[in-house]
Amino acid sequence: MEEKDLRLIEPAPQIHHPDSTARIMWAVVVSLVPAGAWGVYVFGARVIAVLAVSIISSMAAEFVMAKLMGKENTLYDGSAFLTGVLIGFNLPPGIPYFVPIMASLFAVIIVKWTFGGLGTNWMNPALAGRVFVFFSWTGHMTNWTMPRTMNAVDSVSGASVLGFIKTGLIDYQGAPKGPMQYLNSKGYPQSSTDASVTEWLRGVFGDGVGGGYWDLFIGNVPGCIGEISALLLLLGAAYLFYRKIITWETPVSYLVVFSLLVWIFGGLPFNAGFFRGNILFHLFSGGLMLGAFFMATDMVTSPLTRRGMLIFGAGAGFLTFLIRVYGSFPEGVSLAIILMNIFVPMINRYTQEQRFGVSNEKGNAA
Amino acid sequence: MKGAKTYPKGGVHPPDNKGLSSRKPIKSALIPQTLVVPLSQHLGKPAEIQVEVGDEVREGMVLGKSTGFISSPVHSPIPGKVKEIKDVYLHNGLKSKAIVIEMEGEFDRLGKSQEKKDWNNLSGKELLDIITENGIVGLGGATFPSHVKFSIPKGKKAELFVVNGVECEPYLTIDHRLMLEKTDELFEGIKIIQRILQPERIAIGIEENKPDAIEHIRKRADEAGLPLEVVSLKLKYPQGDEKLLLKALTGREVPSGGLPIDIGAVVSNAGTVFSIYEAVVFGKPLIERLVTVSGGAIKDPANLKVRIGTPIGELIEECGGFTEVPEKIVAGGPMTGFAVYDLDTPVVKGTSGVLALTAKEVNGASRTNCISCGRCIEACPISLNPTKIFKHVDHLEYEAAVELGLNDCRECGSCAFMCPAHIPLAQGIKLGKRMARKKKG
Repeated sequence: MEEKDLRLIEPAPQIHHPDSTARIMWAVVVSLVPAGAWGVYVFGARVIAVLAVSIISSMAAEFVMAKLMGKENTLYDGSAFLTGVLIGFNLPPGIPYFVPIMASLFAVIIVKWTFGGLGTNWMNPALAGRVFVFFSWTGHMTNWTMPRTMNAVDSVSGASVLGFIKTGLIDYQGAPKGPMQYLNSKGYPQSSTDASVTEWLRGVFGDGVGGGYWDLFIGNVPGCIGEISALLLLLGAAYLFYRKIITWETPVSYLVVFSLLVWIFGGLPFNAGFFRGNILFHLFSGGLMLGAFFMATDMVTSPLTRRGMLIFGAGAGFLTFLIRVYGSFPEGVSLAIILMNIFVPMINRYTQEQRFGVSNEKGNAA
Repeated sequence: MKGAKTYPKGGVHPPDNKGLSSRKPIKSALIPQTLVVPLSQHLGKPAEIQVEVGDEVREGMVLGKSTGFISSPVHSPIPGKVKEIKDVYLHNGLKSKAIVIEMEGEFDRLGKSQEKKDWNNLSGKELLDIITENGIVGLGGATFPSHVKFSIPKGKKAELFVVNGVECEPYLTIDHRLMLEKTDELFEGIKIIQRILQPERIAIGIEENKPDAIEHIRKRADEAGLPLEVVSLKLKYPQGDEKLLLKALTGREVPSGGLPIDIGAVVSNAGTVFSIYEAVVFGKPLIERLVTVSGGAIKDPANLKVRIGTPIGELIEECGGFTEVPEKIVAGGPMTGFAVYDLDTPVVKGTSGVLALTAKEVNGASRTNCISCGRCIEACPISLNPTKIFKHVDHLEYEAAVELGLNDCRECGSCAFMCPAHIPLAQGIKLGKRMARKKKG
């Protein structure tokens, strides 16, 4: 047989699951497309430029670092592209272009490659990049653009819902007993679709239904490029579940613990008492959906086992609640996930599985 | 199917592709003019050569004798002349002395009706001797000498005998066909083993992707009055591993480092039971076995009865050759089998399949760093942490690897099958086992 030298000789197993690192990374990129497209739609073409800058600088950094470290070209694995996308998603639409560059360089060079590249970092690179630029250029990072789908008087810039409330809650003496009522009372802009959806909901559920939820859910609010549309992020997450790339443990424990804490304690800053928190408002605002489904589930920086993921998600939910409701920042998702990243080795250590046939009382008692 | 059993944790679902050959009845393969019979075809010490170049041999004659308790003799699959004695590479990459036989003269068995021997007066000990003499080894792939398995250590008792009809390896359909076509022979084989082991219970485990076999065995066992528990199992690789099969059937775990007999059980592959039947009833040594020839690059997949020593290339030829240039040629199943580069590699006692796989079936990709996805941990049926053990082996820290269960690994390949980074986890762990043993001296 003349072709025998071309044949692949490997020890078993001889077949493989279709997934590879690259396929996983690109699948996550695909799952982010709807939310990204929404960002472009509501904030305009400049968003494309911001995303392009962060993707290109992230990949350039990856290319150079792989060369310097004498590793094979690692661009094909898609991880640098994904980091670029996620950094872009976590920036305000009006951000000056040097910020995504700095965030990408920090993420790829400092966070990822000082430990040895893909898989070796203990902190989510995109989130680390975001936090780095947030503390370095806080002004730029909190300068929001109003989506063009909102009927805002000043359609150029405004405060994010969480920022608006955080400011309003300093020495709060107001009458509204929750975040949504507060926004409404202050005349926070709402879209016309929200008005009609709210009207329809009131027809079904009665007059108690507040306005503004539709805008939050669909993404008619100022915020980071990719974080605003809970609906489209859930759509992307559904794709990842379908592809079995993420499992339910991390996001569900994250959101459940966060919701419970918000429900119990979220009303206190409004002097509304216990068990008066607004869960829906907190679930759909800020970067929670992006964080819970796409950042906390990052394989490299999350625990190995499902039990570990439950603990990890619960911890992230607790910290997000703490920072968002009681901290001085309006938003807590990035910091919460990064803090939980630190605990991952410890979680892994304490969630090791009982080995088959090793002093297993249950299995061998019979 | 409702009520189907399985083991609780881990396992994977590779595409089983059994449809390529599951409807093809067993047929005898052509016997080539020259056969290459290796002396090391079983787990344990190689057989000791008994012939010289130029010797005439008869069909079924001993070519190599057993050299210890954990060893097994090798017999001549054909009549003829010893043409050469040489070193060959086996499919597993190890070197073995082999006897090359040129076919000549008359077959003693082939084409002749054989007289059935009555074994009812034989004792368990005598039956065990027959199994030893005829070179019967486990045909599921591990090739562990059967007489060793059936020699129950003092103080232990085989309460349960299990026939392994799981055939969890994708593509392979020989046990499936055997259960359908050789049911009576299988049952007689079971009775022989019953005589040796005196178990309280006998059971057979079959996965749900073979509903016809489950039904057929159930019906025939009823008719024959054989108290055989036919257990249908959920489809999950590697359920054919004896420790996992026992977990699925009984809920009990064989202790780490132990054997099935430690929980009072003995497991034998269906093919092995059939060979035991042939050895006892016809005095026939293990000179042929069933082989599934399949894969996306094989024109006409088949289940063949093959003489030991037949080059795998001949079998592929007989199945119509390749439809395209295969990415890999595999001896054995795709999860535990070996990729071979030489089509002259002979079929040995452990060769359950010959597969020609296309690139699409192999799903190769380049290796990346570990991305800590945890899929290997999830896939491992015995709850090891393959990625961590692999790292220790990679860093030559064998003691740490053993500490984490290195030696418990069943070598099923599930971790490496799943690993998106395409890290050779199972391969490294297997190597690590060998290195750790060597280091211990």
